Amino acid sequence: MQQVNQPDKKTEKTNRFDLRTLAPTLSAVLALLVHLLIPNSPRYTLKPMPYFTIALIFIIAVTIAFAALSVFSRKIREKYAYKSWFIAAVLLVLNLLNIATMKLMLLPAIYFPNPDRILKVFADDGAFMLKCLGYSLRLLATGYIIGALAGMTTGILVGWSKKWSYWVNPLIKIIGPIPSTAWVPIALVSFPTSFSASAFLIALAVWFPTTVLTSSGISNVQNSYFEVSSTLGAKTLHKIFKVALPAAAPSIFVGIFNGTGASFITLMTAEMMGVKYGIGWYINWQKDMLSYANVYAGLIVIAITFSLIITLLFRVRDRVLGWQKGVIKW
Amino acid sequence: MVEPSTGNICAENLRKEFIRPDGQTVVALNNVNVTIKAGEFVSLIGPSGCGKSTFLRLLAGLSKPDEGKFTLDGVPITAPGYERGLVFQDPTLFPWLTVYDNIAFGIKIRNIYHEKKTEVQDLIRLVGLDGFEKAYPHQLSGGMAQRASLARALVNHPKVLLLDEPFGALDAFTRMNMQDELIKIWRERGTTMVMVTHDVDEAIYLSDRIFVMSARPARIDSIIDVEMGRPRGRDLPDFLRLRARILQILDFAGKREEIQYYL
Repeated sequence: MQQVNQPDKKTEKTNRFDLRTLAPTLSAVLALLVHLLIPNSPRYTLKPMPYFTIALIFIIAVTIAFAALSVFSRKIREKYAYKSWFIAAVLLVLNLLNIATMKLMLLPAIYFPNPDRILKVFADDGAFMLKCLGYSLRLLATGYIIGALAGMTTGILVGWSKKWSYWVNPLIKIIGPIPSTAWVPIALVSFPTSFSASAFLIALAVWFPTTVLTSSGISNVQNSYFEVSSTLGAKTLHKIFKVALPAAAPSIFVGIFNGTGASFITLMTAEMMGVKYGIGWYINWQKDMLSYANVYAGLIVIAITFSLIITLLFRVRDRVLGWQKGVIKW
Repeated sequence: MVEPSTGNICAENLRKEFIRPDGQTVVALNNVNVTIKAGEFVSLIGPSGCGKSTFLRLLAGLSKPDEGKFTLDGVPITAPGYERGLVFQDPTLFPWLTVYDNIAFGIKIRNIYHEKKTEVQDLIRLVGLDGFEKAYPHQLSGGMAQRASLARALVNHPKVLLLDEPFGALDAFTRMNMQDELIKIWRERGTTMVMVTHDVDEAIYLSDRIFVMSARPARIDSIIDVEMGRPRGRDLPDFLRLRARILQILDFAGKREEIQYYL
């Protein structure tokens, strides 16, 4: 073993520097040079702002820091070097976007604002956008939690008991596939506030996939698990909560993931159609005012938030389903 | 060895039928009358379809007889219970629990975990799984998984341990090891053991009595007392004689009913 490891150690010592770690910095410097040295299109009439310059300088500083850290830490070097092409490419795309919008004005400026304008939105309107986001998240959380809990409850009942399955399954089959956004007209008149109406729609969107996959997960649990547990002294409630539920957990998570996607769609639709606040409403409002820079800024906020939520959900799943490692990969 | 006082099993006029997918009724057990004394080690052996697994499932309470009844210490068996532990050929460990939590499952759901905590560790040592407490079932070999399964059934101190071909899926070497372990546990605890097996040698090696079953009609053909001391040498003349005798009974039972598959 040691003999095999030795050459590795040597290369580690000699190769402390990976050329690839410079790619992001170079790409960012290129973007900065283009931005500062190439004059704006003569048709570009808006006052130039410093935001893109500041952002690029910040990015250069961060990439240099990472390149420097890479020299000292092997772990960071391997990760950063691996990602470097991608980061460089993203910065290049930003650079090209800047050229296409500000420098050459190849795209209609009103619909395709340059990066500088979008960054300006964050500086000017950031606080208000965060407020909108907070409102959206409150709505999402309310509907999502109600929907997920209700979905698991119906899923357990339907998956476990034939009686529940007999009465509730047809209902699920008929109501479930209706996209919850189709209920908007009815929900808006049936609920006292647009908040409760939207929360209901989101809950409905989460409820359906969670129910279906919980019940199918539970009804597919190997019978021998129940038999063994009953010879160990398990009563019905033990069998449901200590056997059926953990055994069905992988399936339940698939349902919750599907529900999450559906909840995002429903949230946006609800906010664009009736709710008078929130990030979806913000985008729609700015669109009506033809402030497309604000629309893009809103989209970026949504992208970041939603991907954070998904990441968080993956973390939770990995923790709950840690026992599956090596059994199933998905 | 503990002198067992509980774990007396009695079967009275047992009958169990199944309905095949084509609608025909199959009699899995008919008119079975036996008693198994407390602390006895009994094996059931016979061709496929002779109802030996049905016998075990009825005893476990996992299915109900159509006629007659099973009693344990005079109390009729109507449902599964922790005083009758069960070990399948497939370990059926709960994959979402660690070895430790699998073994502790029985006492945890019975809410006596805090008092009996130390027993879990003792059992882990008894079945030789030290150091694997935190492993998940998929990380275990077949033999280790079966040991964990055995420990899980034993944690409840069952009066009766039901074993449905427990070592059938193990390699010959592991199987012999496990047989010795089982004897050790049996002697230590005095648990009544009822085992279904396909392996004549295993039955002779382990049992006080062997129930040889026939397929059609499904019933206990003969009961053989194994009058040998322990440990039993697998190559002793008595052992081989008994082996020949059981094989002859099985063969005879097979030929008479034109059954081609047995053992």
